[in-house]
Amino acid sequence: MNDRESSKLQEGKDFLSQICEAHGISGAEDELGDMVAWAFEPLVDEIRTDALRNVIMLRRGSADNGPSVMLAAHMDEIGLAVTKIEDEGFIRFTAVGGVDPRNLLAKEVLVLGRRTLPGIVGIKPPHLISPDERGKAIKREDMFIDVGLDADEVRKQVSVGDLIAFDRSAEDLAGDRITAKALDDRAGVAALYEAALRLQDLRHDADIYLVATVQEEVGLRGAMTSTYGIRPDMGIAVDVGLAEMPGVPEERSLKMGKGPGIGQGANIHPHLHEKLVSVAKQQRIPNQKEVIAHRSGTDAWAMQVTRSGVPTAVLSIPLRYMHTSVELVSWSDVRDTAALMAEFCGSVDREFVEGFYHENTG
Amino acid sequence: MKELIRKLVETFGVAGHEEPIADLICDEIADDVDEIRRDTLGNVIAVRGVQNDGPTIMFSAHMDEIGLVVTHIDENGFLRFSNVGGVNPHRLSDQRVVFANGRMGCIGHERLEKVTDLKMEKMFIDIGCSSADEAEEHVSIGDVASFLRPMNDLGDRLVSKAMDDRIGCAILIQALKEMKDTPNRVVAVFSVQEELGLRGARTAAYQVEPDLGVALDVTGAGDTPKARRLDVSLGDGAAIKVMDRSLMTHPAVKGLMVRLAEENDIPHQMEVLEFGGTDAGAIHLSRTGVPSGCISIPTRYLHGPSEMVDYGDVRACVDLTVAIAGAENLDLRR
Amino acid sequence: MKILARLSEADGVAGDEQQVRKLIREFAEPHSDDMRVDALGNLMVTRSGDPDLPAVMIAAHMDEVGLMISHIQKNGLLKFYKVGGIDDRVLPSSVVRIGEDKVAGVIGAKPVHAQKPSEWKKVIPYDKMFIDIGAQSEDEAQKKVKPGDYAAFATEFGEMGDGRLKGKAFDDRAGCAMLLEILSADHSVPLQAVFTVQEEIGLRGSQVAAWDLKPDLALVFEGTTCADIPESEEHGYSTTMGEGPAISIMDRTSVAHRGIVSQLVKLAEENDVPFQFRRSTAGGNDAGPIHLTREGIPTATVSTPCRYIHSPVSVLKESDFENGVRLIELFLQSIERGFRP
Repeated sequence: MNDRESSKLQEGKDFLSQICEAHGISGAEDELGDMVAWAFEPLVDEIRTDALRNVIMLRRGSADNGPSVMLAAHMDEIGLAVTKIEDEGFIRFTAVGGVDPRNLLAKEVLVLGRRTLPGIVGIKPPHLISPDERGKAIKREDMFIDVGLDADEVRKQVSVGDLIAFDRSAEDLAGDRITAKALDDRAGVAALYEAALRLQDLRHDADIYLVATVQEEVGLRGAMTSTYGIRPDMGIAVDVGLAEMPGVPEERSLKMGKGPGIGQGANIHPHLHEKLVSVAKQQRIPNQKEVIAHRSGTDAWAMQVTRSGVPTAVLSIPLRYMHTSVELVSWSDVRDTAALMAEFCGSVDREFVEGFYHENTG
Repeated sequence: MKELIRKLVETFGVAGHEEPIADLICDEIADDVDEIRRDTLGNVIAVRGVQNDGPTIMFSAHMDEIGLVVTHIDENGFLRFSNVGGVNPHRLSDQRVVFANGRMGCIGHERLEKVTDLKMEKMFIDIGCSSADEAEEHVSIGDVASFLRPMNDLGDRLVSKAMDDRIGCAILIQALKEMKDTPNRVVAVFSVQEELGLRGARTAAYQVEPDLGVALDVTGAGDTPKARRLDVSLGDGAAIKVMDRSLMTHPAVKGLMVRLAEENDIPHQMEVLEFGGTDAGAIHLSRTGVPSGCISIPTRYLHGPSEMVDYGDVRACVDLTVAIAGAENLDLRR
Repeated sequence: MKILARLSEADGVAGDEQQVRKLIREFAEPHSDDMRVDALGNLMVTRSGDPDLPAVMIAAHMDEVGLMISHIQKNGLLKFYKVGGIDDRVLPSSVVRIGEDKVAGVIGAKPVHAQKPSEWKKVIPYDKMFIDIGAQSEDEAQKKVKPGDYAAFATEFGEMGDGRLKGKAFDDRAGCAMLLEILSADHSVPLQAVFTVQEEIGLRGSQVAAWDLKPDLALVFEGTTCADIPESEEHGYSTTMGEGPAISIMDRTSVAHRGIVSQLVKLAEENDVPFQFRRSTAGGNDAGPIHLTREGIPTATVSTPCRYIHSPVSVLKESDFENGVRLIELFLQSIERGFRP
């Protein structure tokens, strides 16, 4: 590895840490979007945001009649929202996106009010818990956040509907593993960034739309409106996939460090699947098979049925502990995903698009 | 305004069968708008300020109400039915219902081992007929019925069936009457089939292509004994929605609503709803996306025959609607 | 019914409709002015007709429920996912065909001898079942199948009883066959016949097809629920076999356009075509996304009642099918005579 490559590597990894530590709960991705746009700015020709605040970044292709490819990673993360301020100053909350409440107890959070208030999801000490209680999970609606202020002061700073983010810094672990909150799907956003870096040195016919989408966690909403606006010839959603760990059946998980899962199933156009597999093989990019029987649960599920339909594919970065504040990925998987996307973009032309509509193949 | 509300809630308009309520609404607003049209699904789309070059604001209140649909008529003239929208069987027992043609019926059920066995398949409507032939003179398979309940005026509070969402319709109609000159194109949509999945608003928003979407709809209230934990109370003013299952309110829209409420001394409260959705959910995903929000009317006993609202809240919602319609220099794109 | 026989025996689990599409293409070719496939795999067959008449989209879905191989175990047995809504209880002892090479396999379960009587009462969840293709090791299995391969039920088409037909995937090959019959007749109404994909996993194909075609109105043909069987009460039948095609009122995804429904009823009564209403609001079909497309499209559904759908074998009555086709033809003729929804 030469110096240039190693500095690039660090750049991408730093970018990932930065965006993971920033907050962008579904519906409130503005500031994060600015951060993303700022980072990508030197790598793209055009940046715009749409009404829902998707960040849409275009890197123009070299062909006049090149195809358009949409690469989407969602930048929003799950979080919490204030539902009520109790008279003692404790804050009740609901979930934004799929949160398993059992991961919340005794975790530090940030209440994003007029001022950002640090808080803790409180719980009784074990000494005072009856054996009966101990065996039962506490329901989310019975949990509370303690910000250490009395009700009057809390009400001055916080109102119903304010969002609450997990307070967690990103950490490098052994090998090339990284832990952080919001790796779902900031790892995907980082893969877009790495892909954009690689595309600097790569010839591509295609116009490439790098899209950091919003509100995926609450129903693939950003993908719907951004795809509608872009009208791409094809799209790839890069998201995270369940990685192997105790309790997850082997057939439902990806291996860490073995490259992106290339999705296969109804949400994936067979030509795109074949192309991704062949590009990976040609370029010797590690990858693995991911069988997705129907609903992929990614932006591709929305992209595919936009307007007259869009051929889509899914790339999954293996991730452990999904939807907690200690998500974990392997950096090599992020890089391999980026390499595959970039090489894919370099390999498609108008003819490839026309192939989607030729019957004898599809 | 109470008379307007009474007329609206007592008129028939089960989801998918909104013609009677649509006719009434068209009559009520005829003098206050520049044009009215009805679309394929039956939405009423009215425009005020057609010539204005300001942004287009789409307000949407749904006309449809929940109800029942006849699926089978047995040999003794009993009608089996299914739900139209979110109807809980436990709240149907012993209710009276009415069909579009005015035929009344009451609801009975088969003998049950225990109360929890009550399912819609075990219930029937008795319209007082003793044979299938006789019943078929009044009702056919596919006909729909609504709760039969008049409005009661308790002073500050009003109770009726179908407050969801005729109260939103009343607010929008009243706001159209009270609106002053505005630079904006105001499009008032009285939507259909909201209770079946925000359907009318979806096709309406596609046609209207608004710059701003605002739904007017009911929300729950958490101010009754041992209620679900929901910080919305009757009498505390218009509820400005922050989120529900269908929408994360656009921050700029939420900001606009709060600012207008404060500037105009309109009582208001913030609302986070952990269930349900409104037309704003459909509007904000139309085409390339529409900044959208929702003014909610706190309502007790939703989807039952006795939905209760506070008249002061209703007034606050009218005022907020008027304020939004008249807002100048709207720029929500950033 | 030769067409239905071939359609039924073709395999087209949602997401893998190629084989069915190829077959339909062959049947539709002589009756089409234009034929194309879209990004999702919908087959769109256009017949131009009189441009002054409204364009009618007629749609039926090609896909069926089925399985997908998720994993090959060390012992050569295959784990699988379900594609579409299948009751786990119909799976044990089913025969399936896997992948392009149609590798035969059976869904095994523990023999009764090895079970305690108390186990019989329990439903075996699909993720505890496996498909046995006779391979004795992972290596051997890998030579024949791979994860991601689709598996369809292996069921032969045939006749039974008094004018009844049995076979797999009548939901919605019955609809496809109706559509082909209509295409083969003479009409001056411009027809956009769409054989849709991925209905069973979320009504996905019809959504983009309707967007693309912008029809003036739409009719959906289904093979629909029919539960006129023991242990089911009359008001739970949904439809009754032999009482004619079923006209939908509403289901979870749409309220049928009442103008079209009353026209269908009127035509059926005037012409003595037996018909019934679909007396259930459960389930959903392509009419859902179609009617909400763009500004909204008047849409209705006409179905052939089919018993035991979403299982390895379904049953329909030929007369219901034929009367359904007749009713649609009368409807198209009435458009030619000036009917507008």
